[in-house]
Amino acid sequence: MRPAGRSDTDSLYFDYPHFDPPAERDALSDPVPVAIVGAGPVGMTAALALAHEGVRSVLLDAKDTFNDGSRAICISRSSYQILERLGVLAPFLEKSLPWTTGRSFYRGQQILEFEMPDGLSEKFRPMYNIEQQYIEQFLWQAIDREPLIDARWQSRVTGVEDTDDGVMLTVEDLLDRYHMKADWLLAADGARSTIRGLRGLRLKGENHEGRYVIADVQMNHDYPTIRRALFDPDCRRGGTVLVHRQPDNIWRIDYQLRDGEDASDAIREEAVRASVASVLDEIGHSGDWDLEWWSVYSANTLALDDYRDGRIFFIGDSAHIVPIFGVRGLNNGLADASNIAWKLAWVMQGRANAALLDSYTPERRGATLDVFANASKSARFMAPPTAGWQLMRDAALNLALSHPFAGTLANPRQMSPYTYADSPVIAPDDPAFSHGPVPGAPLPGTRVGDGFLSDCLGDGFSLITFDGALERHLDDLDLTIVSLPPASDAAARLAATSSSAYLVCPDAHIAARWAEATPKAVRDAFTLAIAGDTT
Amino acid sequence: MTAADLETVYEALAKQLDAIAQDKRDLFLAKLVLLLSHDLDDASQVLSRIRESAANIDV
Repeated sequence: MRPAGRSDTDSLYFDYPHFDPPAERDALSDPVPVAIVGAGPVGMTAALALAHEGVRSVLLDAKDTFNDGSRAICISRSSYQILERLGVLAPFLEKSLPWTTGRSFYRGQQILEFEMPDGLSEKFRPMYNIEQQYIEQFLWQAIDREPLIDARWQSRVTGVEDTDDGVMLTVEDLLDRYHMKADWLLAADGARSTIRGLRGLRLKGENHEGRYVIADVQMNHDYPTIRRALFDPDCRRGGTVLVHRQPDNIWRIDYQLRDGEDASDAIREEAVRASVASVLDEIGHSGDWDLEWWSVYSANTLALDDYRDGRIFFIGDSAHIVPIFGVRGLNNGLADASNIAWKLAWVMQGRANAALLDSYTPERRGATLDVFANASKSARFMAPPTAGWQLMRDAALNLALSHPFAGTLANPRQMSPYTYADSPVIAPDDPAFSHGPVPGAPLPGTRVGDGFLSDCLGDGFSLITFDGALERHLDDLDLTIVSLPPASDAAARLAATSSSAYLVCPDAHIAARWAEATPKAVRDAFTLAIAGDTT
Repeated sequence: MTAADLETVYEALAKQLDAIAQDKRDLFLAKLVLLLSHDLDDASQVLSRIRESAANIDV
């Protein structure tokens, strides 16, 4: 929502584009390899990831512009790694604000300062703040110059039927209603997914206590890019307030409504202005400010039982709703897009067995359940659901005023990379390792020469070796060999000797590793990683 | 801990509870448990003591 007199797209700092329905109408009903419903950040990333693999797609969206409001503003390191692999990261790095630090306050006193994991071995910072409009704009700029993506705005999908070898979509725009056959469909159409509804599928899970208003203000406010959490502040006794800095002098004020506070009343412009003013007073801002945009949300943990329904894959919010303060909604959506895109491409191109697609749900739904576990902890701390949780939360905060150890209970733990533990295409770990990253984990950051290990990986699978002999026996495999010196930062980080090796998936998760690699072991793991022989 | 020490703690706790407003006593006791748990540095022992303390509450 925006202040009276301003339309949904009348922003203080962002010019929303206007997109017409497709002008070229001749080929609208031509069959397509992949249709993607929803041109938000997740759908756009999926289209770019498919194009990166050489796969053509049609991207459909009912809207005529980007999503309104800043929405998802915290983009994690893992998402920047995805965007970098797609070759679209440069404008993000230029615009966004990196951060590593969070501070928590109780009744106006700082009780915790935490640092997210970072260091010289990491190419990217743990988190970057950027408004979602820019995310969509930067992705759109890449799509606009990508011939493999046919983007159709103002194009609403109103029907989806199974066929023998795909789905038949019904699409409506201002000019026409047409059918289009797609071999595969990616549903990236958000929390209120039309496709999910058309398939009769429902999200399952729970709704947590607490409703929150997020409001963006523009102001000159001198504070570094540090996440501030205010527990039980004077401006909102009994509630929690979060403050984030964004580009363009935009500040996100996120505050919890009191029990019994009526949400429809709380989101009236005067109420939002009054609440924001009291928060700004609390954080010591006495200058001018402009109200830009606001919205309301509650903390839900909801997911589909299966992210796949025949030829349809659900990616992003259509598959899972997570509480906002875990900053995993969009980040996990981008990981969904990256995960399904390479798998779909490899299966369509005959480079992997069709069974590979069944690893999408266990890997990505597993990541969602992991978020649920962490976010439920955060939710219980931010908005204690019962008297017991409330008492212990208050005790921890109160004790933290004098004993800092208790403040660590207020750490939101937003940056824990997810390990694909239950994936059918990830090999069991080699018991000869006592440390280093396990199969299923994302490849960790480490320096290689003047750059980083991630810079050395190929577009598909990569085999990291520390011994030139191994690769001579693997010429026929569809992978990139990355040869590193046995005495190196990378070898130390990977607990590798000269005879060790790591097999890495196209999405930079580890598929298998060996302390003493043999050509046969690599061959077997590669076959497992593409879900069986393709010959 | 000697019987005399235990008695000293017992009395100090009683006096402190009386000195704290009734609606803040829960908070005080919860803080104390967190602090002593940190000192004890043994989560499993704290967990069993939590279970033991909950016994007979409704006698």
